[in-house]
Amino acid sequence: MIWPVDLIIMVLVMICGIGAIMVRDLLGAAILFGAYSFMMCLLWAIMGAVDVAFTEASVGAGVSAVFFVAAVFRTSRRTKD
Amino acid sequence: MKTFALITVLLLGGLLFYGTPDFPDWGDPASPASLHVSPYYIEHAVEDTAVPNIVTAVLADYRGYDTMFETAVIFSAGIACLFLLRVYRRKSARTRLYRHNLTGVTLRIAKGGKLPEGSAEFERIDSVWVPYDMIIKVTSRLIVPFVQLFALYVIAHGHHSPGGGFQGGVIFGAAIILYALSNDLRRAFRRLSEKAALLASAAGVLIYVGTGLLCLLLGGNFLDYSMLAEMLHTDAIMARSHGILIVEIGVGLAVMAVMVSLYYNLSSAGRHDEGL
Repeated sequence: MIWPVDLIIMVLVMICGIGAIMVRDLLGAAILFGAYSFMMCLLWAIMGAVDVAFTEASVGAGVSAVFFVAAVFRTSRRTKD
Repeated sequence: MKTFALITVLLLGGLLFYGTPDFPDWGDPASPASLHVSPYYIEHAVEDTAVPNIVTAVLADYRGYDTMFETAVIFSAGIACLFLLRVYRRKSARTRLYRHNLTGVTLRIAKGGKLPEGSAEFERIDSVWVPYDMIIKVTSRLIVPFVQLFALYVIAHGHHSPGGGFQGGVIFGAAIILYALSNDLRRAFRRLSEKAALLASAAGVLIYVGTGLLCLLLGGNFLDYSMLAEMLHTDAIMARSHGILIVEIGVGLAVMAVMVSLYYNLSSAGRHDEGL
């Protein structure tokens, strides 16, 4: 495990996670959530859990981002709070 | 209310941070999980099941009962989304758009107008009008078969490499979702209808449970695949390997169909009329 890579990805995970909550635009939140999932997938891969990383990449970063975008398009794009 | 929520979140987060150092270190060989459970799987997985990928052996064989209910959870998620969103009332109140394929002229047909259904020259397009984009359609047409082939590879090769039913099913579903995104929802329905998707998701769960019940009927425990040896004309060890494959196919089928049916319901808000 290379610790600078680990640290950079960890910081990116936190930025993406906090950004997905804070951002007003729900489409942007969906994209940030996809990025968060992808960074988590990298973390799993670094820790040697390749099966979990594979699942995270296909489910979290792939299909669920599409579901979020579809839900945003069918409802509203801006949050009330 | 908002400050109350903030205080709760901060408190619980602080508790989590406080509790985390008590966990065993990452990859600690002296942690409880590595002392009793993992060594058995690492030492016996290959000789018990002939599956080199221990994760798959644990997931579908030793802990097959858990995975069965995971599949059931995915299935019930699809069913719940269907019950929440699906609208069966057919409303033709909205105006419809048709494109004349030869000239590219778009026709707008108001309510009560004569619809050119069944005509080869006119094609219905979504009312959120999207320009005809050849690049997207051709690219996705090129990509989709390879994605589907890769999904089948992931399902079939889960014994030897990372992957298995869940991942393969999601990738296969993503290929169909890509087709529906790049064309339109009605064209995707022609490939995989709503009814077919629901039947496939139920069939996937049924394959899993049926395999377990078959083992029970043949005199073993529930999901004890070595009982299938005589039926598959192999010895007990290879029968467990084949049993894992059968179960993974069931999982893949269920997950693929549920993903597609979730997309159908979400993207058309349950109307199954006009998608993204």
